[in-house]
Amino acid sequence: MTNTPDSPQGNLWEVFIQAKPGIPHKHAGSLHAVDAESALLSARDVYTRRGEGMSIWVVPSHEIVASTEAEADSFFDPADDKVYRHPTFYEVPEGVKYL
Amino acid sequence: MTGNQALFEYLLHRGDNALILAQRLGEWCGHAHQLESDIALTNVALDQMGQARMLLTEAGRVEAKGRSEDDLAFFRVEREFRNALLVEVDNGDFARTITRQFLFDIFQFHTLKALRQSENEFLVGFATKSLKEVTYHRTLSTDWMKRLGDGTALSHDKMQDALNVLWEYTPELFDITEGDAVLTKAGIIPDMEAIKIAWNEEVRSVIAEATLEIPNTLGYEARGGRIGHHTEHMGYILAEMQYLPRTMPEAKW
Repeated sequence: MTNTPDSPQGNLWEVFIQAKPGIPHKHAGSLHAVDAESALLSARDVYTRRGEGMSIWVVPSHEIVASTEAEADSFFDPADDKVYRHPTFYEVPEGVKYL
Repeated sequence: MTGNQALFEYLLHRGDNALILAQRLGEWCGHAHQLESDIALTNVALDQMGQARMLLTEAGRVEAKGRSEDDLAFFRVEREFRNALLVEVDNGDFARTITRQFLFDIFQFHTLKALRQSENEFLVGFATKSLKEVTYHRTLSTDWMKRLGDGTALSHDKMQDALNVLWEYTPELFDITEGDAVLTKAGIIPDMEAIKIAWNEEVRSVIAEATLEIPNTLGYEARGGRIGHHTEHMGYILAEMQYLPRTMPEAKW
């Protein structure tokens, strides 16, 4: 990781919050920070002020590998016309959460 | 002085500390160097405000003259406020605000830890709840002390300037009034000598790690908050804080 920050406010970090035990961390937003420790403190202050979370991940934004728009056709179209891929033929039992 | 009077005075002292610090930190809203710090400081302000509400409500109950938290916050004059001078010192720059916060956080942290053993049920509940918040405040301000103290030449100088201004306000935090002595004897509040030792140890170790130096104040110590003798800043704080309820006493929002 380079030491040159993206901006005078530090590097950009992506923040992921886990709301309850056992469910996935969800992307909550981003922030600027000069290192991991301050990113974690800022994430707590900016994104968990109203009891949103119980675990936080912070990830340097430039470490995230993203698909590009050019790849969209080959990535996603093949799934569009195969309705049997979707689990719509099952009844979800009552009481199942977070499916 | 009866035990009730002493307890009322102590609750006012603690409540006013939290209230005035909340007011000071609130001044940063929209002005910090980045959004992240802006929100961090106002989070601390809101925690202090929550503590002030609990303490002043309880003070009104103990006094038993029908005064609410709002009556105590908005309808007392400067001489009736009991906060330590440290919390009313002006914000200055970010370095001074963080240094003031650090010096106060460590004091609060050790006081609240000890207050959990109080003979007073309210204080036990209050301390247990508030300690969680203050533990975080302490992490935040300690992190900034080291980061800025041991940062660039400029940030180091600003932090040292802040410490030079604020150090003489710290001895007052540990002052014992006549009423406090009664409460200490009854096991209601902790022995401030022990708190002072714990505070000194922690503060000095962080300051050393931050490559800062304890200033020589030539024996000068600023005090007076416990008897209502405040700095020149206090009137301005109250003017801003009390303006609305005094202009429109029935205002609700």
